[in-house]
Amino acid sequence: MATAKFRIWRGDARSGKFQDYTVEISAGMVVLDAVHEIQATQAQDLGVRWNCKAGKCGSCSAEINGHPRLMCMTRLSQLPLEQPVTIEPMRAFPLVKDLVTDVSWNFRVKEKIRPFRPRPADAADGTWRMDQSDVDRVQEFRKCIECFLCQDVCHVLREHHLHEQFIGPRILVHSAALEMHPLDTENRLGDLKRTQGIGYCNITKCCTKVCPEEIKITDNAIIPLKERVVDEFYDPLTRLFRVFR
Amino acid sequence: MVGYETHDYDVLVIGAGGAGLRAAIEASAGGAAVGVVTKSLLGKAHTVMAEGGIAAALGNVDDRDNWKVHFADTMRGGQYLNNPRMAELHAREAPARVRELEAWGALFDRTRDGRILQRNFGGHKYPRLAHVGDRTGLEMIRTLQDHGVHQGIDVHMEHTILTLLKDGERVAGAFGYDRQRGRFKLFRARAVVLATGGIGRAYQVTSNSWEYTGDGLSLAYHVGATLMDMEFVQFHPTGMVWPPSVRGILVTEGVRGEGGVLKNSQGRRFLFDDIPPLYKEQTATDPDEGWRYTQGDKSARRPPELLTRDHVARCIVREVREGRGSPHGGVYLDIAWIKEKLPNAAEHIKKKLPSMYHQFKQLADVDITREPMEVGPTMHYMMGGVRVDADTQMSDVPGLFAAGECAAGLHGANRLGGNSLSDLLVFGKRAGEHAACFARERGGVAVSEDEVEAAARRALEPFERTSGEGPYQVQRDLQAMMQNWVGIVRRGDELRQALDALAALRGRAANVSVGGNREYNPGWHTALDLESLLTVSEAVARAAIERKESRGAHFRDDYPQKDEAYATFNILVRRGADGEMRVERAPRPAMSPELQQIIEEMK
Ligand SMILES: Cc1cc2nc3c(=O)[nH]c(=O)nc-3n(C[C@H](O)[C@H](O)[C@H](O)COP(=O)(O)OP(=O)(O)OC[C@H]3O[C@@H](n4cnc5c(N)ncnc54)[C@H](O)[C@@H]3O)c2cc1C
Ligand code: SF4
Ligand code: SF4
Ligand code: FES
Repeated sequence: MATAKFRIWRGDARSGKFQDYTVEISAGMVVLDAVHEIQATQAQDLGVRWNCKAGKCGSCSAEINGHPRLMCMTRLSQLPLEQPVTIEPMRAFPLVKDLVTDVSWNFRVKEKIRPFRPRPADAADGTWRMDQSDVDRVQEFRKCIECFLCQDVCHVLREHHLHEQFIGPRILVHSAALEMHPLDTENRLGDLKRTQGIGYCNITKCCTKVCPEEIKITDNAIIPLKERVVDEFYDPLTRLFRVFR
Repeated sequence: MVGYETHDYDVLVIGAGGAGLRAAIEASAGGAAVGVVTKSLLGKAHTVMAEGGIAAALGNVDDRDNWKVHFADTMRGGQYLNNPRMAELHAREAPARVRELEAWGALFDRTRDGRILQRNFGGHKYPRLAHVGDRTGLEMIRTLQDHGVHQGIDVHMEHTILTLLKDGERVAGAFGYDRQRGRFKLFRARAVVLATGGIGRAYQVTSNSWEYTGDGLSLAYHVGATLMDMEFVQFHPTGMVWPPSVRGILVTEGVRGEGGVLKNSQGRRFLFDDIPPLYKEQTATDPDEGWRYTQGDKSARRPPELLTRDHVARCIVREVREGRGSPHGGVYLDIAWIKEKLPNAAEHIKKKLPSMYHQFKQLADVDITREPMEVGPTMHYMMGGVRVDADTQMSDVPGLFAAGECAAGLHGANRLGGNSLSDLLVFGKRAGEHAACFARERGGVAVSEDEVEAAARRALEPFERTSGEGPYQVQRDLQAMMQNWVGIVRRGDELRQALDALAALRGRAANVSVGGNREYNPGWHTALDLESLLTVSEAVARAAIERKESRGAHFRDDYPQKDEAYATFNILVRRGADGEMRVERAPRPAMSPELQQIIEEMK
């Protein structure tokens, strides 16, 4: 039977190193299967998060051969197996153990976003009417499975560690979903500009490239939000200029 | 002495899926100090995986629908073993619970006039499932999560509860550990809501994740609560069968709701050959009528692919056994054929079933807009669970509530698709409300420190043993055994063998050893989960031995017929004074004349 080599990061917040494992491979295997196989037979205590095994829960994020990906949706047949497959934890977050990182920062930041505030109901029975076409746009953002891979690649967080000043692409997608929600009446633009650091994003689009849900994070969420911030806060001339652009 | 941290709450909710979050929101609205504990991160519970939709008789697509029809459908689907009061409350309250989600920001797919769109699903007479493409569970859990975090609820992510604690007869809290750091925690609480989901990990082929080890059922059982309907384990007819790595992953019933058909290797739609009498009147007589039904023709009846899950699953097993299966031991599910009917079929499929399209494309190299899928049954849902009061969701233990998949009663012998998500909302809310009320009315609780100490020491035993085998092999052997002997087709002799095998596995589990330390150690986590798996597996096997007939999801090869004598009671499982598992029969709860009449009218 064919085998493949895996080079997996083992360690905790204090120290760590890569360790090699060899696994027998079978048809259709994904990286997460290999990790589980290693766990069951060679390294019982190998830390890894997962739930759905079908790309729906966003638990199994890691860096595979240097690329941020979901382990359950990365098939071995997509990878060159002549050399070892490296599997590392997401590097933008503090390490808990092995492939598990402390992603709690994302939850804390998200809580600071002003919640949904709907307009009064349209009908006497307390319901609203919305057109599918208006809903479509926001449904794209609501596909997000909170895998935080986009947060992992964004250089503002990964390299510059501006976690206090910048909420990152995932939370910007969340803000966009609320701002563009057909029923929402809250205004989050001041927060985005002043405390959430939307200005730090310089539209490199790295986040969009890694999103497993194929959400067009930069084009559809961040850029429109930036435009709304500009509209809200800069002088009428700028606005005029934008109209003629 | 083993150290631990203590937290005090009015209401402790164990589980952060739909049921747990909805309960926590309601308890908090009732003025209670609420803590939530979940084994995984917030938003990752099983509910996130639900695809097809939430059943609620909104009547937006077909105005003939109302709660009475939904009630009758649910009872028929459950072969009348459901708790009728629960089925009534569920059908009456589901619409308000769905609308409430919209008020909290959920965005369902829309009808042309801008209301919530509803789709067809097996066993539901009218299009009834509110949905968002095929990722309804994600929409639901995210809405509850985003709303819930602003309600002042404490969430303990990645914590596992190991045992419940009592103060006299009353529940008094729970004891568990932080999975990341391995530290112990005591949660003292005046009321506890179990919302821990199902038991899928007791089987080899399942659509469920590692979390589903039946913890809630086992926790409740060990403090004296009653389990009910444990023989009714739902096998979903359509799981992926190939490649091996994805075996068991769910293929939503939505595929069939959108017009997908099941065929055997001879290309025959075998479900037309075997339509149960209870459903004859409601089923299409030819493929064309079935197709028209899926496209919203109100004069047409549903295709046999949309019969209840237990029936469809057994027909698939029969086709495979009799040699008419697909190459990897399943049958074919074909949605690509609708190109004969629709001009833009490929786009339509991608729009209606986006995650199915991706799942097959990425994991199986199958383009479902062009080729049929290979599918077969997969263990999916647990109808049985903790027996609760219909109105309050309280178990037999005062102050201990249960809601969602871990509670029994709503679904009887078989659950209809879409009735779980609505179950979570309706009964999650009720459990939260009544738990807060209970906490308010009753005074504080005390827990015994000795008991806590003992639980902590027990949890650390696997580290102290050096010679035993690892936990994974025991888990795998248990899964294989349950799959073979307590699976979709059962026999008395095999079920009894299963009990012997479980006793042997229990011995092995008591000896497993794990290496490493307490920080995020899956080996240790797996070792600690074994207790729950063993308890629920035994309960399923014992209840299955007791029901000597075939009904709903429970099929006995040695008693293949329905036996009306068995229609009059539910089977209960309880811990006897000697610590052994006891099986009893309880007469079916009486039905009010009003409900009785609804059933007669809708026959
Ligand atoms: C693939 C799939 C698709 C489905 N599609 C549909 C559908 O379309 N429509 C429908 O109605 N139903 C569907 N179902 C069924 C439905 O999703 C589940 O029954 C439902 O989500 C269960 O919700 P719950 O709140 O009871 O539990 P879950 O959402 O599973 O949550 C359980 C929670 O309990 C926690 N927990 C468990 N044990 C412990 C412990 N010991 N300590 C601490 N925390 C613990 C877990 O961490 C988790 O947070 C589907 C199921 C699957 C698997
Ligand atoms: S586009 Fe903006 S948010 Fe996305 S990775 Fe680049 S800087 Fe970060
Ligand atoms: S936006 Fe995409 S990459 Fe970012 S968390 Fe959501 S799903 Fe993951
Ligand atoms: S396990 Fe859920 S996304 Fe990978």
